[in-house]
Amino acid sequence: MSDQAYNFAYLDEQTKRMIRRAILKGIAVPGYQVPFASREMPMPYGWGTGGVQVTAACLVPEDQLKVIDQGADDTTNAVSIRAFFQRVAGVAVTGATAEATLIQTRHRIPEVPLRAGQILVYQVPIPEPLRFLEPRESETRKMHELEEYGLMHVKLYEDIARHGAIATSYAYPVKVEGRYVMDPSPIPKFDNPKLAGCAAIQLFGAGREQRIYALPPFCDVVSLDFEDHPFVASKADHDCDLCGAGDSYLDEVIVDDAGGRMFVCSDTDFCASRHAAGQRGRLAPLTEGGL
Amino acid sequence: MGAGEVSICARVKGQEGALLQVQGLGKRYGARIGCADVSFDLWPGEVLGIVGESGSGKSTLLSCLAGHLRPDAGRVMFRTDQGMRDTVAMAEPERRRLARTDWAFVHQHARDGLRMGVSAGGNVGERLMAVGARNYGAIRGAALDWLQRVEIAADRIDDRPSAFSGGMQQRLQIARNLVTGPRLVFMDEPTGGLDVSVQARLLDLLRGLVREMGLSVIIVTHDLAVVRLLADRLMVMKSGRVVEQGLTDQVLDDPQHGYTQLLVSSVLQV
Repeated sequence: MSDQAYNFAYLDEQTKRMIRRAILKGIAVPGYQVPFASREMPMPYGWGTGGVQVTAACLVPEDQLKVIDQGADDTTNAVSIRAFFQRVAGVAVTGATAEATLIQTRHRIPEVPLRAGQILVYQVPIPEPLRFLEPRESETRKMHELEEYGLMHVKLYEDIARHGAIATSYAYPVKVEGRYVMDPSPIPKFDNPKLAGCAAIQLFGAGREQRIYALPPFCDVVSLDFEDHPFVASKADHDCDLCGAGDSYLDEVIVDDAGGRMFVCSDTDFCASRHAAGQRGRLAPLTEGGL
Repeated sequence: MGAGEVSICARVKGQEGALLQVQGLGKRYGARIGCADVSFDLWPGEVLGIVGESGSGKSTLLSCLAGHLRPDAGRVMFRTDQGMRDTVAMAEPERRRLARTDWAFVHQHARDGLRMGVSAGGNVGERLMAVGARNYGAIRGAALDWLQRVEIAADRIDDRPSAFSGGMQQRLQIARNLVTGPRLVFMDEPTGGLDVSVQARLLDLLRGLVREMGLSVIIVTHDLAVVRLLADRLMVMKSGRVVEQGLTDQVLDDPQHGYTQLLVSSVLQV
């Protein structure tokens, strides 16, 4: 096997330095999109090339790496990225949120509150929150520069006019430290409150769009809304059918062709640890080892 | 011409001083002249028409005044809260703030001035939200009010402009621009591309709004009938220069410059 031909964590040291500079700038200017020279990674765009580069630049040999995809540790994206870093960095991997020092995530924030010392890396498809309202990059940069964010509320206005409520349910725009409007990547808006005041460092990498941005610990992050239509962090109105949790974000799973369905925690580690602690939901298997 | 031409409206209102003072404005495109040596004062409540054939520099002039183009020479002084300010020299954030509060720009093609993917209500509300309105009910109320003022039925508020006729789009663009109560409106051929009966209604509406809100307007057009109806004062441009200016009726009924005579006599009589 020629794995030894790779530098630690795949990227060469100069590239990692370049990415780290972008990360530091991003942390210094919370919510600001820092351009960086995104590299070709051995995976297609859209599979987390941005997140992988940020992870590679942050990784040290002592790290415990956790990779989640839509909350789950065992779906394709998570498994392949975890395997990638096991192979090119040889770091320890874990599924437990509390044990991990570096967590790369696609579209979720873990249910367990993060602690100081942890880094959460998001995979971002489109970093520009104004993109679908204003197609010109030159103009969106100017709008960020001059804090002209009225257009973001036009989007929310359209939602209410059309659906009677703010129907944006993921990638819900936030304002960081009273300055930059930021796309929190396509996390459900249920997770938006966890962005604020988080003890961990949050880093966002967009590979195709070549942007890195960041939230330092305990950052002020406010979801945009109207006075008479305030932001609501919504979730499915059920409890988890496996572990019985009433306060976690749920996936709806169709279980037969007769309308049967169940709701399960999207965060598999959270659900499994509750299950291990003896919590049971409506459809939890009676025998042990069901999960 | 020049000094004695204080608009009657301005005198009646007892306002002191011009709203806009343009001094020696010029814009070149390489060796070619866009417009050159344009100077005039615009008084509060006054409507100034700029006429001339295509290529005479009237749109260039308007873009320079509105801050879309940077002029090479001259000053554009606008009366702000802090007195007269040169909008050419002012910082861009400030100029852009002016452009979405005290100024309005009505484009010839409504498509240039509207967001076609956003509902009529959202289009009207955008300027309000841009200056900090954060109450959905209030924004929607203002949008409804303005749609009615420009004669668009209230039940079209959630339709996109692409579902509107050309005349409606133009009226929507006007509503979107006037919702923040600007003091100075730039119009670039607002009736261009509309058929005559729609034009007539739009002009009627514009005339009503201008009088009611006491707007100062600079309107660029090649249609002499439009300025006859709307403008208090008229500037005639040719090859980038102002060749004649004066009260509208005076210029149209007794043109002095050869080019103005040609322009006036070129209008088809029905």
